[in-house]
Amino acid sequence: MTPFRKHTGLVVPLDRVNVDTDQIIPKQFLKLLTREGYGKFLFYDWRYLEGRKPNPDFILNQPRYKGASILLARANFGCGSSREHAPWAVLDYGFRSIIAPSYADIFYNNCFKNGILPVTLPEEQVDELFRRAAEKEGYTLTVDLDSQTVTDESGLRFTFEIDSFRKECLLNGWDDIGLTLRFEDQIANYERRYPSQARQYGPLESR
Amino acid sequence: MPPLNMYDKIWASHVVAEEPGRPALIYIDRHLIHEITSPQAFAGLRSAGRKVRRPDLTFAVMDHSVPTKNRNLPLVDQVAAAQFEALERNCREAGILLFNMHDPNQGIVHIIGPDLGITQPGLTIVCGDSHTSTHGAFGALAFGIGTAEVEHVLATQCLWQFRSKTLLILLNGRRRRGVTAKDLILATIGKIGVGGATGHVIEYAGEAIRDLSMEGRMTVCNMSIEAGGRAGMVAPDDTTFAYLEGRPFVPRGKEFQEAVERWKAVASDPGAHFDDVVEIDAAQIAPQVTWGTNPGMVADVTGAVPDPATFSDSEMRHSAERALQYMGLEPGTRIQDISIDRVFIGSCTNARLEDLRLAASVLDGRKVAKTVKQALVVPGSERIKAQAEAEGLDRIFKAAGFEWRDAGCSMCIGMNDDVLPSGERCASTSNRNFEGRQGKGGRTHLVSPMMAAAAAIEGHFVDIRQWNVDHAE
Repeated sequence: MTPFRKHTGLVVPLDRVNVDTDQIIPKQFLKLLTREGYGKFLFYDWRYLEGRKPNPDFILNQPRYKGASILLARANFGCGSSREHAPWAVLDYGFRSIIAPSYADIFYNNCFKNGILPVTLPEEQVDELFRRAAEKEGYTLTVDLDSQTVTDESGLRFTFEIDSFRKECLLNGWDDIGLTLRFEDQIANYERRYPSQARQYGPLESR
Repeated sequence: MPPLNMYDKIWASHVVAEEPGRPALIYIDRHLIHEITSPQAFAGLRSAGRKVRRPDLTFAVMDHSVPTKNRNLPLVDQVAAAQFEALERNCREAGILLFNMHDPNQGIVHIIGPDLGITQPGLTIVCGDSHTSTHGAFGALAFGIGTAEVEHVLATQCLWQFRSKTLLILLNGRRRRGVTAKDLILATIGKIGVGGATGHVIEYAGEAIRDLSMEGRMTVCNMSIEAGGRAGMVAPDDTTFAYLEGRPFVPRGKEFQEAVERWKAVASDPGAHFDDVVEIDAAQIAPQVTWGTNPGMVADVTGAVPDPATFSDSEMRHSAERALQYMGLEPGTRIQDISIDRVFIGSCTNARLEDLRLAASVLDGRKVAKTVKQALVVPGSERIKAQAEAEGLDRIFKAAGFEWRDAGCSMCIGMNDDVLPSGERCASTSNRNFEGRQGKGGRTHLVSPMMAAAAAIEGHFVDIRQWNVDHAE
């Protein structure tokens, strides 16, 4: 996993609450065998009109937001389906960080597995960022994980909370399977003390 | 020792390793996998040279994109076919039991787990699917995970987990006739909101929950995720034990009796603490119909589409305006004046035998309205399909004008050919009315199986309480 330390980038404001993962990546793109290549399908049904024509009204298609790498969003971002294709699409499109007042649990967790930093800020601070992003063309923010700050060029400085373990993993880009395998003795002990079995006692249907 | 709630107990008995200030490593008793969220996990294992640690605790099924008819013909969707082949190969190599689309035990992952007795009280159960919360109906801790975590469980049979907060939802009183588990959960989500349980594991209790069958409890727990809940649970009781007895993966005889004693101890202790409590009077709940683009946008069948202008919160107003535009609805329209184009009875929310019986009890001797273009019933598993056929339910559905299909996720997610066309309106027993969920531009109204069946007959929503139907409850 790519570590996340500090990122400066163009901000795109997506002013919708409860954005679900069906919108982030619709179901027709879940049939691939890879983790890459989903960026072109991000927000597909909002981004494109009939015949794959870009929808000029959708914020990501506006020229001033081309190349954005920080997604400013509203409450309960990423609700619904657990599909990790959603953060894969967010990352593949070019976003490194999301800023929102809240996230759905599974999506939030999935971001950390993919080197995306989901920053949580209070509603009023997110409102302020929405104001600034609308006002100033080319509005950029710097998200610094180490100091847990979001800053802009005109002196704005917000601090955010993040769990220390998640922070450490993201700063170092750790593969958590590798981390867990260091606990092999504990896992084996647990299996000896509490053997989990899924025995079959009766017949299954057969043709 | 202070009284513990069910979540605390299951958590405590599954901690493998724990250090202060860190998530705990917890052991996973059952891992369910399907074709959509597992191929990348197996590819990850392969590239790192890792093996599946407990293939014996892992169960696989094809459900999301399987066709629901003509399964013996070659697959047209070659992209889906490659995923099915990958699942076959991955399970064969790892020694995982797979129910492929031709297996008589095949079905939706959250239907077959309980139906085969793989799901049991006190267990930790995960699956790369958000509706894994369904299994909590048995007093298991069951939750959806992403593909990175699927890979992690395959490799280690464990997960790093932060402790969730707990939310007790008490559904007091008795539900009225014609009001089902689906209405209870839709009304609950309408009350607490689609983010109302975020960060929490829900325990459902109260008279209206105790009165539900296992099928009904599964419907309730299934939609916990639609309120943002990490998981949803119901304490195991005699209803649970009676459901489990005799199923293929459930112990028998003396072993069963011993298991029941263990399972009884899983329930929350009297006086156990919860971080939050919500109380709802089930007797006041009417049949529910969603009008918007998330499950919290819901109204009583006797009500009307709300006017967003009356919403005090600006984000909610904005979001309701967008929803009405997408749904092609005007504020103030009576729910019962909304006409429908299609009906879908199915999904991990409402495709169990009881759901089919309830829908059939409404349809018996009646015909689907001429204005309805398609009425589809997709049993949750091939076993359920066979049981329904043994009871003659298929004949009732077919006589009414429904198509009787093979088991799968079908039009809940529209990953196979069962897609809701753009601009069309569907009365659906599924769990999500998100934009495009059943098909791009499709308009979904979530309802119970009886309400879906009645809407099929009248061509618009009707209050099932006005109908004199026998019900199988």
